Amino acid sequence: MEYIILAINAILVKNILLAQYLGNCPFMGVSKKMETATGMGMAVIFVITFATSITWFVHHYLLVLLKIEYLQTIVFILVIASLVQLIEMFLKKIVPALYKALGIFLPLITTNCAILGVAVLCINNEFNFLQSLFYALFSGVGFALALILFAGIRGRFEIAYIPKVLQDTAIALVTAGLMALAFYGFMGIDNSLQALMIK
Amino acid sequence: MKKTIAHEFLKGFWEILPPFRLVLGLCPVLAVTTAVENGIGMGLSTTFVLFFSNVIISSIKKIIPKKVRIASYIIIIATFVVIVELVMKAYFFSISKQLGLFINLIVVNCIILGRAEAFASKNPIYLSAADGLGIGLGFTLSLILISTIREILGKGTFLGMQVMWNSYEPFAFMVSAPGAFVCLGLILALINLFPKK
Repeated sequence: MEYIILAINAILVKNILLAQYLGNCPFMGVSKKMETATGMGMAVIFVITFATSITWFVHHYLLVLLKIEYLQTIVFILVIASLVQLIEMFLKKIVPALYKALGIFLPLITTNCAILGVAVLCINNEFNFLQSLFYALFSGVGFALALILFAGIRGRFEIAYIPKVLQDTAIALVTAGLMALAFYGFMGIDNSLQALMIK
Repeated sequence: MKKTIAHEFLKGFWEILPPFRLVLGLCPVLAVTTAVENGIGMGLSTTFVLFFSNVIISSIKKIIPKKVRIASYIIIIATFVVIVELVMKAYFFSISKQLGLFINLIVVNCIILGRAEAFASKNPIYLSAADGLGIGLGFTLSLILISTIREILGKGTFLGMQVMWNSYEPFAFMVSAPGAFVCLGLILALINLFPKK
């Protein structure tokens, strides 16, 4: 039950894109086409889960033991950068089909703040390993969901009349705001689930 | 076109003013601009990191091998972010609490890596320094602009002082996540009304 709540929280209530402001550069950058949005979404789910599980171990069994927690940022970003590189090489050799689908998005992911953000959030919230894994996986799903929905909406811009000053990023931001407003409605679910838990 | 220090410094304030002209680094812009104080803190931290990473990267650009340049840039940037993090925790604890996660996330702010790749790796030190300082201060001004609008409308205060009349009902939408997107979008549209030069 606890994990279901964690999942719903991560996907809908505290969606990393729309409620926690993480990963907005790719949100604006790759959402113009459905295919790129899907590819980016899948790549993020993949990397965020791996990265968070590794950084969790690195934090608890390396940084804490050596008492160098203040190096967290530098170590985490290094772990993420090398992990992304490794996944890229691995996929290229073993699963070329998947590599073709995700290939160009992988290098971009290093600088996606959602990855580092979720890794640090898991440490800050003092999640145990399983919780971190779930939280990361479902944050990734939430990211993909919001990105793909947004790409669907952005596809309609091509046939709509948009004033010149609002074109491109400006209208995209306003639309994202309206979408975030819709996601705001899920706040209620969280409360009722909490109540259910207590019963 | 001849490159002068003044030009490289000033372009960050209008020509490629981040995050409006240079649409990068949106996450901190959306997240921390609920109060002017946070906006200033974030802007100055980013300026510090951007200035020093630009200077260092530009001075050792010949030593860094081409293939691992991105990783090297990230390490240099991360070093300065750790410095900022520790200094903020020691001297500006309340702001550092407010900014929280977003101080760590300066590492992955695309503006900094973008400037390193697009400018500092190709230009001499003094131009890179001017570029970093200009873009950083431009970014700070943008953050102050957005957070002023959001704080005054959303809370009725400016830097914590009451500025609206007493019966003013705070427009809470402005300080929430959806309000951040809409507000930034509308300011972007407003700035698009004016030509680049």
